[in-house]
Amino acid sequence: MTQYLIRRILYAIPLLMGVNIITFVLFFIVNTPDDMARMNLGQKRVTPEAIEKWKHERGYDLPLLVNETAEGVTQFTETIFFQKSVGLFALRFGRSDAGEDIGADISQRMWPSLAIAVPSLIVGLAVDISIALLVVLFRRSYLEFWGLVACVALMSISSLFYIIGGQYLVGKLLQLTPISGYDTGTGAFKFLVLPVVIGVVSGVGSGVRWYRTLFLEEVEKEYVRTARSKGLGEAYVLFTHVLKNAMIPILTGVVVVLPLLFTGSLITESFFAIPGLGSYTIDAINRQDFAIVRAMVFLGSALYIFGLLLTDLSYTLVDPRVRLE
Amino acid sequence: MGSFTLFWTDGLFFALLLAMGLGIWRMSRREHFRRPWRSVSGSRSAVISATVLAAYLLIGVLDSIHFYPAADHTADGQFKTEAVSLLDWWAAPLRTRVEKTYSAPLAVQGYAREMITGAEGSQCWDYPRLQHGGVHLQDPARDWLGDVLLTGLLGLVKGIGFWMVLAAVAAFVRARRLRVSWKDGMAALVAERGAWRWILSTMLVIVLLGWTLAELGLKYHVFGTDKVGEDVLFQSLKSIRTGLLIGTLTTLVTLPLAMLLGISAGYFRGWADDVIQYLYTTLNSIPGVLLIAASMLLMQAYIARHESDFASLALRADFRLLFLCLILGLTSWTGLCRLLRAETLKLREMEYVQAARALGVWQGTILLRHIVPNVFHLVLISVALDFSSLVLAEAVLSYINIGVDPATESWGNMINGARLEMARDPVVWWSLSAAFLFMFGLVLAANLFADAVRDAFDPRRVE
Repeated sequence: MTQYLIRRILYAIPLLMGVNIITFVLFFIVNTPDDMARMNLGQKRVTPEAIEKWKHERGYDLPLLVNETAEGVTQFTETIFFQKSVGLFALRFGRSDAGEDIGADISQRMWPSLAIAVPSLIVGLAVDISIALLVVLFRRSYLEFWGLVACVALMSISSLFYIIGGQYLVGKLLQLTPISGYDTGTGAFKFLVLPVVIGVVSGVGSGVRWYRTLFLEEVEKEYVRTARSKGLGEAYVLFTHVLKNAMIPILTGVVVVLPLLFTGSLITESFFAIPGLGSYTIDAINRQDFAIVRAMVFLGSALYIFGLLLTDLSYTLVDPRVRLE
Repeated sequence: MGSFTLFWTDGLFFALLLAMGLGIWRMSRREHFRRPWRSVSGSRSAVISATVLAAYLLIGVLDSIHFYPAADHTADGQFKTEAVSLLDWWAAPLRTRVEKTYSAPLAVQGYAREMITGAEGSQCWDYPRLQHGGVHLQDPARDWLGDVLLTGLLGLVKGIGFWMVLAAVAAFVRARRLRVSWKDGMAALVAERGAWRWILSTMLVIVLLGWTLAELGLKYHVFGTDKVGEDVLFQSLKSIRTGLLIGTLTTLVTLPLAMLLGISAGYFRGWADDVIQYLYTTLNSIPGVLLIAASMLLMQAYIARHESDFASLALRADFRLLFLCLILGLTSWTGLCRLLRAETLKLREMEYVQAARALGVWQGTILLRHIVPNVFHLVLISVALDFSSLVLAEAVLSYINIGVDPATESWGNMINGARLEMARDPVVWWSLSAAFLFMFGLVLAANLFADAVRDAFDPRRVE
């Protein structure tokens, strides 16, 4: 077990290095620091001195890979690659192009992101699974048919419509919740209700269909037939026997997204003006702050790889038949 | 007309349609492909959604044939204007009749009050009449409702007439095929429980809707106008091409990458497998939106550097659309690649593949003749399933400003613009609703069709 764990962690290292190299190539070789400076300072009428100054302030005036003016080890450390890319492995995100500490921003902004992502996930799971079980319970009936039709229709609506429609209906017409905004502590509750509800509703269509296929696979198995032949009711069989056994694929599907909850949702956060990591990223994209985008790419990848690791581990925990070698 | 021109996306779109046609022709000659397609055409929802998709495709194709209007040629052979598409040319009344600003659907008056100078110099603070919408009405308060209903009815009648011509043609073709009389062909169409009946009924609905919209659109702005006074119906129609291109051109990247890498990883195993697995795990771990964002930022820098290469706005918008398709493809091939790898791993141990290898058949031939045809259903299912999510993704990306060019008509841009309109008073709801209706129609049809394709081609789903 420990051996397996170590091997998996070692396997994550080349993956992270790959991500690191891709981002380095994208942000420093395809798109040179000169381009970045010009995009930030304005395309026209920008003097070479201004570009040099902008680059120097942010440490982009170093050579890319090898610094020939330096001596010894510093030949490799006094470079953009070492300063900007290698530091990410130690979670040193450095400063954004606007001069703020990215690490501090991230640790502060991840809490609002979590406050919205965790309830959305839990409520969403509960709703999706309950509806999916009901659909399976009423299989081969009109209820199932129309339930599935509704699911396809819900799936075919862009998430933007859910958000705009929800904000208009609940926030503006009915005035039940504030349209957008955020507050610290318990005051956050009234701001979080609407985004969570909208998040759950917009995911119902695809969620129910997905869990339904999982349950349908399980329903045909022999232990279910045994339970039925012992005289147990269909609802009881579904909600206890089937649900328990379907938990394995459900859990492993959920575990992989757990770490990514930190990075939040881009669209929801920016629509509801929630100061999380999602809106942080969108702001960075709009301001063309490459340092933040780079940091978020690396963070997102690292969390995804961590999620894969957790998934493999969770297999052994929920299903004792799986042995890791 | 004028001289035809081919944008990059036009050319690729037509090439793709040609390849699709070729694929359908080849599939129609093989029984193992005809059987699942028969099951698709036996499904009512699949036939209806395919007809709807065909209607969207027709508009998309019309909007992809670009030319420079002849009248705008100047003496030295320079083109004065931007290229227009066949759709632009055909829907010129919609395109050119621009109001000052917002106006509600079918309205005859403007959205906001302004100072109006009367005939005898008197001034009053009132809603102005529109410049184009309903100008033929003498007294809007009295005539408006009757005129709208009458025009709509006229459209319906014309639509029914057109549909009857279509139905007669269908009956004629059917009669020839069945070698019966013309009348029996008609009877066969009605009596048959198969696809034809559903195609014709769906076409009736589409033709009726379309003709009514067109008839009303000549006199009014059916879906109102947007902030700069452009007709929203026209924008929604133009957005169809963007949506279709995003959904289809992406396959130009995903299919070659996924098939080449997925199949070779599964077939050759060893180091090739390791490298390819490493490649797609790495790419998969980068959050898709951020990769797209980064690439689009880079592309903007590239355009800024090579401004002289993009002479016109249309060219730049076209390049950006193409680039977006390529980037979307680059971030979405990994799923199919993994599926193909797993399937090939299974296939390579099959007896017929081993026999081919034992007989010394060249590897390339084995791949082409034994592996590719046997994983093709996965490719088909994946393309069908991805289409709708790509159309939806376009809207989200446009919202973050990393989607299509702001000058390109797209549902994403319409929604993006409509976001602030919902806060106005009175609410400007028509842009958003029009984008919703058109997008919902396309995505729903695509989803239903993809479901039918999956059910028919996935061998595990034998029910």
